[in-house]
Amino acid sequence: MLSSELQTRSLELTHLDRLEAESIHIMREVMADAVKPVMLYSVGKDSAVMLHLARKAFYPSPPPFPLLHVDTTWKFQAMYELRDRMARESGMELLVYQNPEAKERGINPFDHGPLHTDMWKTEGLKQALDLHGFDVAFGGARRDEEKSRAKERIFSFRTATHGWDPKKQRPELWNLYNARKAKGESIRVFPISNWTELDIWQYIARENIPIVPLYFAAPRPTVERDGLLLMVDDDRFPLLPGETPVERSVRFRTLGCYPLTGAVESEASTLSEVIQEMLLTTTSERQGRIIDKDGGDASMEKKKQEGYF
Amino acid sequence: MTDPVYVTDALIAEDIDAYLEQHQQKSLLRFITCGSVDDGKSTLIGRLLYDSKMIFEDQLAALEADSKRVGTQGQEIDFALLVDGLAAEREQGITIDVAYRFFTTEKRKFIVADTPGHEQYTRNMVTGASTADLAVILIDARKGVLTQTRRHSFLAHLIGIKHIVLAVNKMDLVGYDKTVFDRITLAYRAFASEIGITNFTAIPISGFKGDNITALSDNTPWFKGPALIEHLENVEIGAAADEAKPFRLPVQWVNRPNLDFRGFSGQLASGKVRPGDAVRILPSGKTTTVDRIVTLDGDLDEAVAGQSVTLTLADEVDCSRGDVIAAADNPPEAADQFEATLVWMADEAMIAGRAYWLKLATQSVSATIQQPKYEINVNTLDHLAAKTLELNGIGVVELSTDKPITFEAYGDNRTLGGFILIDKLTNATVAAGMLHFSLRRAQNVHWQATDISRDMRANLKNQRPALLWFTGLSGSGKSTIANLVEKKLHRMNRHSFLLDGDNVRHGLNRDLGFTEADRIENIRRVGEVAKLMSDAGLIVITAFISPFRAEREMVRSMLPEGEFIEVFIDTPLADAERRDVKGLYKKARTGQLKNFTGIDSPYEAPESPEIRIDTTAMTPEEAADLIIDRLLG
Repeated sequence: MLSSELQTRSLELTHLDRLEAESIHIMREVMADAVKPVMLYSVGKDSAVMLHLARKAFYPSPPPFPLLHVDTTWKFQAMYELRDRMARESGMELLVYQNPEAKERGINPFDHGPLHTDMWKTEGLKQALDLHGFDVAFGGARRDEEKSRAKERIFSFRTATHGWDPKKQRPELWNLYNARKAKGESIRVFPISNWTELDIWQYIARENIPIVPLYFAAPRPTVERDGLLLMVDDDRFPLLPGETPVERSVRFRTLGCYPLTGAVESEASTLSEVIQEMLLTTTSERQGRIIDKDGGDASMEKKKQEGYF
Repeated sequence: MTDPVYVTDALIAEDIDAYLEQHQQKSLLRFITCGSVDDGKSTLIGRLLYDSKMIFEDQLAALEADSKRVGTQGQEIDFALLVDGLAAEREQGITIDVAYRFFTTEKRKFIVADTPGHEQYTRNMVTGASTADLAVILIDARKGVLTQTRRHSFLAHLIGIKHIVLAVNKMDLVGYDKTVFDRITLAYRAFASEIGITNFTAIPISGFKGDNITALSDNTPWFKGPALIEHLENVEIGAAADEAKPFRLPVQWVNRPNLDFRGFSGQLASGKVRPGDAVRILPSGKTTTVDRIVTLDGDLDEAVAGQSVTLTLADEVDCSRGDVIAAADNPPEAADQFEATLVWMADEAMIAGRAYWLKLATQSVSATIQQPKYEINVNTLDHLAAKTLELNGIGVVELSTDKPITFEAYGDNRTLGGFILIDKLTNATVAAGMLHFSLRRAQNVHWQATDISRDMRANLKNQRPALLWFTGLSGSGKSTIANLVEKKLHRMNRHSFLLDGDNVRHGLNRDLGFTEADRIENIRRVGEVAKLMSDAGLIVITAFISPFRAEREMVRSMLPEGEFIEVFIDTPLADAERRDVKGLYKKARTGQLKNFTGIDSPYEAPESPEIRIDTTAMTPEEAADLIIDRLLG
């Protein structure tokens, strides 16, 4: 009785099914026109979902492009560990790029403020794309993250100098994407544009996707500075006079450079508990990120025009 | 404000796993909100996000500060500020593009396409509506059905949206008066039936005060529901209807990890498929059966419309990107001439006769559009005579593609009937289109296969056919050099034919003038004639100003790879004007001659011609020798 019911029932697609199908469609569509695509991999939860979707899109082939990590040398140790593990498991080539100029000048988040992000991430990304000649780069940005991203296209066109001109973006109708471009131009493609933070977590739970343990609460050495709880992840963290790391049960809602990423005090040590906390929280996920606050209200838009993701 | 339709905090706090289980089963509805700046559209969307707790405290604090600084609601929260995105438009107080917003209730996740209401409206609304299942049409209760209401409704209907909600907004400003609501609903019904909207749901709301948004309001006891959210949660999405249609899968990508596996990846446009189903590959028409439905999570017993899958087939049949795998007994047809509705989206107007890329599902072909049969005035819905379509223009056109495409009428299948046009030079998306039907002449005029091939004809002449396409300013020396080239070829026993610009205008093209459209048609005809002559095995030489890159590229694409040789006669304008052999520059300068290339009409120089002749550095004799060397060498 039950089995026959199951057989005749229409397969109603859930919202996660529809989002998944859309993302897979986008990734496959890129392969039609791309000469040398790459997937930007930042090791965060959005990257984890994007990588998982890529594996689904091209199975049983491995995804037909490498992973690129634009490294700042200041990520959490746990991120480097997961990065290397995921590259092994997916069978994809992992390219790591560190801006040699930033390295040489010793650019770091403690002494150089906004220059740190500009040189390691924005400049580093441009250099890496130019070095390898990638014409299409997948990124894990979502439209719900930030106001100026709500209007971002799924296929975002960049000039030969990686600039983003809001007036030059193409209308996207139905599921038809125009990926034609002139020599030198490139496209950033955001296959998870229509996912929200909650969708990401639900999908991680449904698909059992490995994520960096820092998303789960654990006792970690932290100091409080400028209203943020920062984790002392290695001995490069310069303590100010009077500062001593205190062990607190914390977790992270987003992951970036450890000196720039605020933790939240939490006891949520399982995926369900993390989602529970997220649903009951009253602050947005980017709130713990220093990067959005440089330059006031329109800072993300400004960064994008300069070539940041 | 807490409301039962949104996230239930209690369940989340008590039993998160039960909550998650319940929320895995949510469906997804995409809708569009249509209205002008003053209709309170942004306020409504801001309200939906706010009530569904998509606004966090840090964002709310920023919102409160902004409301006091630039808000339009006095000291109260201006929800509109939540959704006005880019810095420039925040300062101007307008939104300039399509923005996508997200919120979720107990039953559904929603994606809202938010489009602004100013002169770019048509383009943005059509874009936002193309992925929407439902349209919310906002009306200001104080103003009633306006021209813009008609425009929004027409566009929603044009793009095939089945569910229309008429949200009569700002009811608080008319004292929640039932007669106002009834009068507006009645007026809208009369208009809607005129354009073919048979069904809509009218709801009296106040986005600002929150009436009838999440729950029925005490201010409108005469309204029995549903509230807006309740309606959005319960409306049929149409997945079942898509599944009931015949199976179609446009192939995106051929999956070949090794010699033993050959899969065809794509998203089901309609219907469902199971292993063992008989399928037909279009356009080849070959039939086979589905072997497996492969996914990372294991093989599936069935896949339905909307799913992205990889199929393997029982037989080794040719199948690649652009092909459509379809139900064997009910396949779509293929054609190369169509009637379609076009929505023009670029600043540069449509050019009849010019070739554009047409992308439909996973097929990309070259297409030319004819002069519109008529343009539709979106405000009055009148049909107007038109020679072209400008930005935001909507018209019905006939178009032809350079090879057949597999299609269905847009009304039957959005995926196989909706297309975009792409400018071949700028790569911009210039139009969206919806196919109505194929034209009979395409169905009845078949390509006649002939026994003698172009190679055989050329072999008989002991030569390789080619088209030497001379381009350059008037008076640059094209005809002189082309004539010398032909004389030399003739002496070498080569079979050639020189098509000269002026001469052709005395015969084949005597009906054409010098407008941009006529100049394009001039080149198109010359291209077709040159192609026939090269099929006959000849070396064809043409000497036309041919000022537009797009047309030269169009002719290039008509010929086999390598046969089109672009010869750029590069003479500075000053030199050509000084020579002025025919006295035309003088006439153009004095205004007696309009649209003269180089004076009041542009010349787009070739970017990488096969041969470039610098006439300031060599004589016509030397130029001709160089061209012949390059042609035969």
